[in-house]
Order: sequence, then C-alpha cells, then structure tokens
Amino acid sequence: MPEVLKAPLVVEFPFTRSLGPVQSAFLTGLRERVVLGVRTAGGRVLVPPVEYDPVTAEELSDLVEVAPTGTVTTWAWNHAPRRGQPLTAPFAWALVRLDGADTALLHALDAPGPDAVHTGMRVRVRWAEERTGAITDIACFEPCAGGPQQPTGITGEFEDPVTGIVAAARLDYTYSPGRAQTAYINALAGRRIVGERCPSCRKVYVPPRGACPTCGVATSERVEVGPRGTVTTFCIVNIKAKNLDIEVPYVYAHIALDGAGLALHGRIGGIPYDEVRMGLRVEPVWTEGARHPDHYRPTGEPDADYDTYRELL
Amino acid sequence: MSKEPVAVVGIGQTAHVAARRDLSIAGLVREAAGRALEDAELTWADIDAVVIGKAPDFFEGVMMPELYLADALGAVGKPMLRVHTAGSVGGSTALVAANLVAARVHGTVLTLAFEKQSESNAMWGLSLPIPFQQPLLAGAGGFFAPHVRAYMRRSGAPATIGALVAYKDRRNALKNPYAHLHEHDITLEKVMASPMLWDPIRYSETCPSSDGACAMILTDRAGAARAPRPPAWMLGGAMRSEPTLFAGKDFVSPRAGRDCAADVYRQAGITDPRREIDGAEIYVPFSWYEPMWLENLGFADEGEGWKLTESGVTELDGDLPVNMSGGVLSTNPIGASGMIRFAEAALQVRGQAGEHQVDGARRVLGHAYGGGSQFFSMWLVGAQPPHR
Repeated sequence: MPEVLKAPLVVEFPFTRSLGPVQSAFLTGLRERVVLGVRTAGGRVLVPPVEYDPVTAEELSDLVEVAPTGTVTTWAWNHAPRRGQPLTAPFAWALVRLDGADTALLHALDAPGPDAVHTGMRVRVRWAEERTGAITDIACFEPCAGGPQQPTGITGEFEDPVTGIVAAARLDYTYSPGRAQTAYINALAGRRIVGERCPSCRKVYVPPRGACPTCGVATSERVEVGPRGTVTTFCIVNIKAKNLDIEVPYVYAHIALDGAGLALHGRIGGIPYDEVRMGLRVEPVWTEGARHPDHYRPTGEPDADYDTYRELL
Repeated sequence: MSKEPVAVVGIGQTAHVAARRDLSIAGLVREAAGRALEDAELTWADIDAVVIGKAPDFFEGVMMPELYLADALGAVGKPMLRVHTAGSVGGSTALVAANLVAARVHGTVLTLAFEKQSESNAMWGLSLPIPFQQPLLAGAGGFFAPHVRAYMRRSGAPATIGALVAYKDRRNALKNPYAHLHEHDITLEKVMASPMLWDPIRYSETCPSSDGACAMILTDRAGAARAPRPPAWMLGGAMRSEPTLFAGKDFVSPRAGRDCAADVYRQAGITDPRREIDGAEIYVPFSWYEPMWLENLGFADEGEGWKLTESGVTELDGDLPVNMSGGVLSTNPIGASGMIRFAEAALQVRGQAGEHQVDGARRVLGHAYGGGSQFFSMWLVGAQPPHR
C-alpha cells in the first residue's frame, strides 16, 4: 500500500479579548509595576484577581495592592522550555503566594537548577523592561532574601488603562488525509478523479472518505468518475475573498461528475458568469503544477435534464 | 414513571451589539444570567446545575468555557456541563438542561449560551487551510447561496421572496430592544437595492456578526408554582443529526430537520402545525431559509413555503408570525442564536415579549440548526402545562 500523505497544519489566530474592569486594573497595574488583587466579602485577597467570587458568585470590585515579594507554595522543574514560554533556559514553574495575598499566582521562577528551588523559598517579581499591560510584564520571579516589600499605595485607578489584549493562539498539527484521500490525491497527479464505491448502497463518494456516512461501512472499490459532469446548482460570487486570487464576479458551483454519488465544488470558467445555468455540462481544466483542477469549463453538450441531477444538488 | 413537566421561569439577554468592549466574556454571560435570575426572582443558591453552550472553539478561541466561566455562573459545588453542536448549540444546550429537569435529576437548572464575535473571526474558523484540499472558494454566503438557488428551482418561488423576509425581520427588530440591528429607515426598496454578494443572496439578506448572551432558568412543577411570573411550559423537545455531506443529502429540506419537527409535534400532540401553532422563532441566517424551513418544519407542503411569506402570513400581525424578535437576520451571536430562538418562543407564550408580542400566543416553536445542516434542535413551548 502506498504511503499515506502527511503535512504540517498550523492553526493560528490573534484573538482579541476585552478585559472588563477587574482584569483591566490588574494588567494596567503590571504595566505600572504594581500587583493588584481583589478582596472578597469574606476578606480573602485573590491574586490574580477574578471578577466573581469563586465561593459566593458575588461580583468583586474591591482592588487591593499586594507586595511584589512572596513565597513559593509548590513548583515543578521545566527541563526543556518551548516556544512562547517566559524563559528560554530551563526554569521552574512556580505557584507564588505574594505577601498580602491568600492565593497563589502561576509564573516562571528563574533559578540555576532544581536543587536551588524549594517550597517555602522567598522570591520577588522581576519586571520586564518593556511593559504593555500583559501577564508577561512580569518577566519571571527570582530568588530573594528577606520579608515583604512595602506596597506603594496604588488603588487601582489609572490613567490610560489597558482595556483589551491580544491572545494569540497557535496549534501545531501533523495532518493526514488518510488512506482513501491519499489515493484520491495521488490520482489527481495523473489528472484522474477517483472515488470509492460503497459496497452497500453502491453510491460513489468523491472525494472518498474511506467509509460511507449513510451505511457506516468501509469503502475500498476505486471508481474513476468524470471527467465530465453537470452543474447542479451554483452562486455568483461578487465579493473578493481574502487570500484568493480570483477576479469577481465568478461562479462557484456544485458539480456532479458523471458516475459520482454527490456533487463536489468548483469554479466555472470559459463562459460569461451570467450565462452559467443549472444543468450546464462541464469538464475540468488542469493547469501545470496545480494539484486540483483550476476550474471547469463548458463541454458544449446540451444541458442535462433536471431529473438526471435533482438528487445531486 | 412519566417525565417531570419543564417550565421556563426566567429569561435574560444582553443587548446584542457588534462589540461589547466594556465586558469580558465572563462579564457578558454574567449579565444575561443575572437578568434571568432577576426575572425568576431567584438567587445563585437556588440553582442546582449549570448547562452552557457556545460556538465551535475556533470561532472565538475559548476551549474550556465550562472551566473559565464557572465563577461567573455560580457553578461552584454544582454540576456544570458544556454542550457542543455547532450553530444549533443554543437550542441543544437548552434541551440538555430541560432533560435534566424532566428526568428529575435536578429541580432548577440555569442554561446559557454566548458568543463574542468581535473577539474573533468566524469565517477564519470555518476555513482553516487544510493541507492537500482546495481552499473554500466562496466565503460564508457562498456555502448557502447554491442551496437557495436549488430551493428557487424546486419551488418556483419568485426572486423577491428573500427580500420580503429581510424587510419583515428588520422591521420586527425595531420592536425588540435587545436586537442588534435597528434599521429605522428600512424600506423594501432598500433591501432590494442592496448589493448582490453571492447571487441570489443580497447583503441585506444576510445576518450580522454580534456579541451577546442569552440565559434561561428551567424548573419543575414545584419551581413553577413559586414563580413570580407566568412560566412557559415545554410541550415537546427534540434533537436530530445527520452528516454535513452524504450522497442523497437534501440541503433544501434535510431529513434530520423533518424528523426532529415530527418528533416535537408527536410529543406535543400537534397534528396540524400550521393551525395549532401560533408563531415560530426559526433559525434563518439568510432570508431564503424562512420559506425553506417553513416546509421542512411542516408548516407548508413542499414547494409552498414561499407562499406563506409572500401572502403576509409570517408577518408579526399574520396568521403564523415568524421571527417576531427580528430573528438571526437581525441578531447573530452564533453560539447564542439558537437559545435566543428558544427564549423568544418562551417569552411569547409567557406574554412577556413586549412590543413584538403576538396577541394570544399559546403555542410557539423555537428552532435551531447547525450551519452545515448537520444538527437540529427544537422545542415547542406553551402557556399551559402539558396534559399527562
């Protein structure tokens, strides 16, 4: 069996987040080298602050400054930092209860090795040189000696508060289309369109998925379809899509290739956009170096009768 | 043992807008949930469980809303569940919550759905660059427009029907203070003159992109007896699924939708939905889906749905008003849109719909579906408890 195709797939997006009043104060505080917590009705000080009391669900707004010094409550050594983590050299992930807080904050602790880290050790914030109002304004924690540093008297009221952040998300996958689609894609290289027939309902899936979604059985019998087909329905696209180098207007169509059990999607060319119609007979146009047909063009045959494709829209 | 009747005793929505930059997502859901509690005159301590739903994760990058939002929704020490069924999620979330009450697992359940489209890009979420595949060639509406053309061919509907739906829904939205779009100067001529984006779908016939949340408090008979305002009673509720693509799929009238509606009507003892149901909040993301779903839901025979729209039956003062709230065409926080349909149906039978209230609405359908027509969820609510 030929090898199944694989390729990297990176899913990446810069999501934006509106902060709301509490997170806005917290992150603006970091920008100003101040750590703010929030006090609950029960008198506990939560750092990092949350908007709603985890016990009573009441809304919280009583911001209170805590010291930039604190105590490690537990930790784990990170032998191999990954892209995007706070430090490039190995470091400890530590929960730090800042002086004046009742809960611990997770951050990186810069230490020469795991032997230099212990629960109960005293640490302080190392501020980032450039601060924008983000959790990374704390570059990391570092060991220190002595008791609490004194608060500065900041109340949580700031000029020019940070109201939003960008939370970039990135996922790295290795994508494989699987056995059936690999065979389909390999056949495209020879300009052939090959689906698979369901052994139960006899319908031909193109592109094949390796199983029939209706009958729930594996498909393996390969069947070449097309190359000609019928436009079953379509729309005329009048707005330019990002990242697509196609001049508008153009026709985006569902095309039932001869022998296929369902329509696939493609662009129609070689005919004015306003002359495309349901039932138009078309064939693929291949271009050098492209995996898929560039578009489909009219064959010149008479239009297909509606009843021949009404189940294939 | 028969099921426990389920009552809606609290409903809360945010005002839906393009961007709520003053609030975090936690603040957004809290606003809707707080209003639902206020409507029911209950406190966080009265809630036994929380069931939430949202759009697919890539739509806004929140992977574990059940974890992030537990504090904001008072879920500490309580069961918290998350439901995940694409665009239909608001409806199926409400039904999962309702089933917990019907099964007597919990007495009173908070259910909520939300989305902040301003913090993300749903189109990006729908068009990831999958290796070896041809990129999506047509954008959001390009997925739907060929199905609309197929409907027009099959039904022989005149080309103006889509514009009539949009004109109606946008006028209805003017009566709903929570709706996103308030186009005070809307005219039919303006709808028909708006640019054709994905022929046959015009710009004015598409839904907006909204931030919003919707919450409901569902409870049992004992809870309903204590409620300060008239409850809405669930008379039937069902979900159905089918693959997004398969040989023989009918995109114009998917079988899962027909079966789902039939199940709801069977539970509620409805034999003639057109006569026995007083209104419907239907998930219509593009205007032409109104006549398509009217047929799929059994309000009209195949090919006849557009006649209800054309003759004014679906207008607010018509015989079968549809999308009295302005619908998805006027408000679309995707993850919440299905629950808004369910909640608006309940508001109608409670007599609490304000300016868009249908006089004497006693049985109203709430409907949601997932964009690729793969998930359907519906409920029928009534002013009177079910006969059992």
